[in-house]
Amino acid sequence: MPQAIALKDPVRESRIYSARTLTAVLIVVMALGLIVARYYSLQITHYESYRTQSERNRVQLQPLPPKRGLIFDRNGVLLADNRATHILSVVRERVPDLEATLTRLGELVPISDRDLDNFRKKLNRRRPYEAVPLRFRLTEEEQAVLAVNRHELPGVVVDAQLLRHYPHGELFSHALGYVGRINEEEALFLDERDYRGTFHVGKVGIEKYYEDTLHGEVGYQNVETNAHGRVLRVLERYAPTPGEDLTLHLDINLQRTAYEALGEQRGAVVAIDPKTGGVMALVSTPGFDTNLFVNGISSANYSELRDSLDVPLFNRAVQGQYPPGSTVKPMMGLAGLESGLVTAQTTVPDPGWYRLPGDSRRYRDWILKIRGTGHAPEVDLHMAIVESCDVYFYDLARKLTIDKMYDYLHPFGLGERTAVDTTNERRGVLPSTRWKRDALNQPWYPGETLSAGIGQGYVLTTPMQLAVATSVLATKGEHRTPRLVRSRGSELVEAPLQPPVVATEAHWNTVHEAMRDVVHGERGSARSIGKDIPYEMAGKTGTAQVIGIAQGEVYREEEVAERHRNHGLFIAFAPYAAPTIAVAVLVENGGGSSAAYPIAREVIDTWLLGADAG
Amino acid sequence: MADYLRQLPQGSADLARRPSAASRFHIDVPLLVLLLALTSFGLLVLYSASGQSSAAVIRQGQYFLVAYVVMIVAAQIRLVTYMRWAPWFYLGGIGLLVAVIFVGVGAKGAQRWLSLGGFRFQPSEILKILVPMTVAWYLADRVLPPRFKYIVVSLAIVGLPAVLILRQPDLGTALLIAASGLFVIFMAGIGWRYIFGAAVLAVASAWPAWLFVLKDYQKQRILTLLNPESDKLGAGWNIIQSKTAIGSGGWSGKGWQSGTQSQLDFLPESRTDFIIAVLAEEFGLRGVLTLVALYLLILLRGFWIGLNAKTSYGRMLAGSLTLTFFVYIFVNMGMVAGLLPVVGVPLPLVSAGGTSVVTLMAGFGLLMAISTEQRIADY
Repeated sequence: MPQAIALKDPVRESRIYSARTLTAVLIVVMALGLIVARYYSLQITHYESYRTQSERNRVQLQPLPPKRGLIFDRNGVLLADNRATHILSVVRERVPDLEATLTRLGELVPISDRDLDNFRKKLNRRRPYEAVPLRFRLTEEEQAVLAVNRHELPGVVVDAQLLRHYPHGELFSHALGYVGRINEEEALFLDERDYRGTFHVGKVGIEKYYEDTLHGEVGYQNVETNAHGRVLRVLERYAPTPGEDLTLHLDINLQRTAYEALGEQRGAVVAIDPKTGGVMALVSTPGFDTNLFVNGISSANYSELRDSLDVPLFNRAVQGQYPPGSTVKPMMGLAGLESGLVTAQTTVPDPGWYRLPGDSRRYRDWILKIRGTGHAPEVDLHMAIVESCDVYFYDLARKLTIDKMYDYLHPFGLGERTAVDTTNERRGVLPSTRWKRDALNQPWYPGETLSAGIGQGYVLTTPMQLAVATSVLATKGEHRTPRLVRSRGSELVEAPLQPPVVATEAHWNTVHEAMRDVVHGERGSARSIGKDIPYEMAGKTGTAQVIGIAQGEVYREEEVAERHRNHGLFIAFAPYAAPTIAVAVLVENGGGSSAAYPIAREVIDTWLLGADAG
Repeated sequence: MADYLRQLPQGSADLARRPSAASRFHIDVPLLVLLLALTSFGLLVLYSASGQSSAAVIRQGQYFLVAYVVMIVAAQIRLVTYMRWAPWFYLGGIGLLVAVIFVGVGAKGAQRWLSLGGFRFQPSEILKILVPMTVAWYLADRVLPPRFKYIVVSLAIVGLPAVLILRQPDLGTALLIAASGLFVIFMAGIGWRYIFGAAVLAVASAWPAWLFVLKDYQKQRILTLLNPESDKLGAGWNIIQSKTAIGSGGWSGKGWQSGTQSQLDFLPESRTDFIIAVLAEEFGLRGVLTLVALYLLILLRGFWIGLNAKTSYGRMLAGSLTLTFFVYIFVNMGMVAGLLPVVGVPLPLVSAGGTSVVTLMAGFGLLMAISTEQRIADY
């Protein structure tokens, strides 16, 4: 130590220290200068961009989904409304660990794989800070569980949304269709802007056809949120425009009558107001509860519906294509009269079968197996329609030829979509030589004309087409496009007129009288519904073969498996003098028209006599 | 003379030529005034940063109270006493650091705490003062600038605790402690060739350090600093949000308690390490400049005390404490503004927290002890 002290030079040390202090001060001032420069750069030079950034942080543009338009029947009965439900959504940007959060949420409330699947798909399409729905229709208990655990679930949002509800789900399942969650494919077609904040879209039926009307216009609001995505206050609001309400021509009473009359049977009923083209009933059974689809149907429920032999998801009224059978006979008769090939007095001999010249094959009349003979030795048009004589129409068809038949029947709307305002409509088949050449690349055989003449063979129609054709018959030629929707908002929806079916008044009357006697005549094929009927009805029965009957075989109902039984059909309009309703009824595998005409009677009773009359 | 004054009874203060309460209690008035201004400003910002929590302000106020008491007590002790006890305390401190390894308490994956009967403390904090005290003690009696072997020993004194703390792991504290010791060596007048040599060595060892020394989360912080946008929701979130908070404050700020970034919870750690962002957002660049000015005055006062210290020990210690205080400021303000990687260094005397405040104020107590010795020596 003494040595060290001896060598220490306090003056030099002090000088060095002063120099070092000076250096330190310089470094400190420069470093703080650098810091200040950095803050200057952030706060002054780039102020605008950071201010914008902080506003974007704070203020979130939220879509306000419009309220979907309601749907009413013609009496003002609510058929589709919106109910508040609670939805669990996730804002990805606010979630630190998505997988952990999803796992935790799964522990708190049931979340199906399907929910997760949909969620992940939507997650990829979302905009930044958009809430992506995970679970719909939370129960109050689930909401409570989530609320209690909210602190550990940043970015998880529970909010209320209006969701479609169908008070009469099954009754109107095929008439209304339903909405469901927007899927990937739909997302490509829908206007992204219009569907911000909307998770549902019309999938089928009126819900889909009138999507634009029902949807409305999206609104927006600027909200202030905190870092956890919680909305603190609304800064600005542009209200959404709710979708327009629809009032239908459908009548809940007719609908219910038809639905209940069909009961357990598979079938379809379409009723049209001939004066307006308004569809007053559209029933296809079995129905299904459309509410199941609104939130994504469970796969168990879906497979059950999809795999059911009764194909409940199939809208028989517009998708189902069936041979019309004898229901084409009034139209055929009119064609015969108009073409001049027959008159009301023309008769055809009826041994119960028909044979083409130079052909040994016998074309049977349905009555042959019952009576062993024909309807009468000579049959005229009136009798042919009233008793549904096949031989008469085999002969008429042969005289007309298939292409003339096409020309006369096509204006009734057969073989063409009716353009009714719903989805998935099929066009059926009204055959012609040209059609067969185009569709099957085969020539037309004369025997096929005979089958076509009694509505068999290649002829296929939908119940909707038959109802339209019946309406054309009822109005003596006015052909209106059928319409389910009567008005949207306050604006009436017109049923556009199609080219009319032009025919002589006397010819119309001949056909009408025959159709009246189908119900009211002593030998009418539907006379059983004509008993104690308080009004006059015109109709025509029909039986459509499901399987072809080989030559020499006789169709025996009891031996045929249920699903191979004939379809029963019936078309009718009433009151006879001034029709206000035209009905087509189809009962799949009903065995014959006797399964169908009581249903038509009940529907028309309800319409003409009131709901309590049936 | 100094001893004589210390023994004066209170009533006979007028015996001194410039008797005042401050000098009787060894208080450096300019420093005290600056510190009071700084801590008041800090409480003001904290009130807003904590979401108008009086409880948070009261608790921080209590910390300050304790810290001021510690400072005043520290100022009463003679510098010679510090010097005499420095090596023993240092050894004790090292012992505590070793104890942390074996019986320490962990938090967030790091083991930094000792628990004594319910009272938890961080031994590394004490080292922030003990390291410069010990290095200064070691060099005080040597010929300055120190010769190579003394530098090596000094570096060992610095390195031992720094490595122990680095392994806890606590990069921020290790850096501060290493800096505090190195500053003593720097103020002792170490040759520039050593300094430049060390700088070259540091740059050269950056790559091996990256590969073998730094932990993944530390590397992540550096990567995030370089490109915060790469991980917007993870590590980058903090930096993006703090830069947004600062930048959106502009020149005059959004107003006290009106910062949207801080009040709406976008800003992370807004009471502690990132509190400068709250200040910058609500008080704007004006507020930042005020704070920097306060800090600069404190630093200059510290250097001034060092310049006027009569012993090498006092000089070196004053310079080191002042520079360490500066490192706090620089690292914290730099990291929050995205200039430096995020290391856990609080904004001195503004960030909420007890330990660092007490240590810092103890350091200022030491400065006052150095200052009072110099003044007494003047008489």
